[in-house]
Amino acid sequence: MIKELTIISGKGGTGKTTITAAFASLCENKIMTDCDVDAADLHLILQPEVLRQESFIGGRAPVMDKSICTECGTCQEVCRFNGIDLDPDKGYTINSFACDNCALCAFACPEEAISMVDSVNGNWFISKTPYGKMVHAKLGIAEDNSGKLVTLVRQQAKKLAEDEGLSLIVNDGPPGIGCPVTAAITGTSLVLVVTEPTLSGIHDMERVVDLCRHFQIPVQVCINKYSINLVNTQKIREYCAHLGIAIVGELPFEPLVNKALVARQNVIDFECGAVTRVVRKMWQEVEKQMMA
Amino acid sequence: MIIAVASGKGGTGKTTIATNLALSIPQAQYIDCDVEEPNGNLFLKAEIQQKEDVGVPLPHIDSALCTYCGICAKDCEFNALAVLKDRVMVFPELCHGCGVCSYVCPEKAISEGEKIIGVVERGVVPQEGEDLVFCQGVLNVGEPMSPPLIKKAKTYAEPTRTVIMDAPPGTSCPVIQTLNGADFCLLVTEPTPFGLNDLELAVGVVRQMKIPFGVIINRSDSGDQSVVEYCQRENIPLLMEIPLNRDLAFAYSKGIPYVTENSEAKDQFGQLLVAIHKELQV
Repeated sequence: MIKELTIISGKGGTGKTTITAAFASLCENKIMTDCDVDAADLHLILQPEVLRQESFIGGRAPVMDKSICTECGTCQEVCRFNGIDLDPDKGYTINSFACDNCALCAFACPEEAISMVDSVNGNWFISKTPYGKMVHAKLGIAEDNSGKLVTLVRQQAKKLAEDEGLSLIVNDGPPGIGCPVTAAITGTSLVLVVTEPTLSGIHDMERVVDLCRHFQIPVQVCINKYSINLVNTQKIREYCAHLGIAIVGELPFEPLVNKALVARQNVIDFECGAVTRVVRKMWQEVEKQMMA
Repeated sequence: MIIAVASGKGGTGKTTIATNLALSIPQAQYIDCDVEEPNGNLFLKAEIQQKEDVGVPLPHIDSALCTYCGICAKDCEFNALAVLKDRVMVFPELCHGCGVCSYVCPEKAISEGEKIIGVVERGVVPQEGEDLVFCQGVLNVGEPMSPPLIKKAKTYAEPTRTVIMDAPPGTSCPVIQTLNGADFCLLVTEPTPFGLNDLELAVGVVRQMKIPFGVIINRSDSGDQSVVEYCQRENIPLLMEIPLNRDLAFAYSKGIPYVTENSEAKDQFGQLLVAIHKELQV
């Protein structure tokens, strides 16, 4: 059976991608994915060579035929998202930034001047990296449906793992607790939450841990830059102990990590002292939990 | 005037910039639009005076009228309904509350109830002189859809104030909802390949939305020159650079706004507003 690990953090910038990229170097027989399709970063370190590229049709969007439109304004009246603008020169137009693509305007238009057409919201890729294959995606600028794209990336990774007889998928997750995160964690074998000892880091960790418990997914925690605030680090330890969540790694603040990233290398290949050692050990812990 | 603080990527210092700016200028209002992970109040510690539940419409099927014809499910763009032989299933986590199902139902069997997705909290941050007006949306854990809550929080923007909106990370729906209608966008980044990658994405968004913008580089001495070179090449105004500072990082970790302990920094953030005004005049 294929195991799946998703690395999330609630808050951005806590080191999800740093950890994921390091795991890419440590684990074998796996597919890596970047499920942060809004702001994908894993490719900066893994430097994938694209083998296959496909467009992502996330849904449909309304298109207005102005030659049929009688400017009756029904579309604007029914729309709940302020998705129809009234322009003094052009009359009624669709505001794609506000539009939710629900098609109510198309149903309501008495002249049938609005139709729904497939929209390409981005691309997804299967790539080769020095650490194995990777599935990743790029959402188009200001496009939506990132949750659906995350699901697609995971499905493709699973298919690829099955085809190639691989036993593990490691997902670099998105920040937050919304639709893309939900899409990245549902049904995974384990979630690793990366947090940092700041008030916002703790706050956001608590929210994603709640989310994982809501979906009944096993959770482990890693504290990144623990040395920047030992009081807060202790608070995280107590929080995790209280909920019976294992802390699988505590990484000290280490400026070499930033140097590794600027050099586009992971912290296993680029020697970062204690951080490199702790991450190695952490992978063993995570693997043990997943295979249990 | 509405100034949105965005970044593409999380963890670059959006909330640091947004809260410190709001504390440094007169007649300000802070609105936390990062409703998935609202962090501003960890620093501002506002006195919350009003709380308001925010709901979205959710279809309710009257089984006495429903003929299970399946039109509602077929016409829903979000697959939020499934019609079986003798019942209709509604999937609240997929529903956008758009009203298509009740509109298309030939039997008028669908009415709308309300599903609470979060709360908007409003209050003030007491200050010498005039108080800072505060507002935040907090999404319920387990709710996937944040844009309706962001939209609600934004309705409290006061036109007479300088409104600072703290945006969520990324480049999709929640960010677009936040930026829509902003007069200026501050893009916060850091000088690393990650920072540059995400800055480019964010620049794509604000350019497409035709919102004037400028860049702030946080931890400006901790990486390489690539972000500065990119801004020069693309003719993007670089409005502020904040070096990596242990005092600032430690104050941040404890939830203390930097400018409350540092009047020089307060002046710098005041100057940032002047720079924004200047950009908007050109």
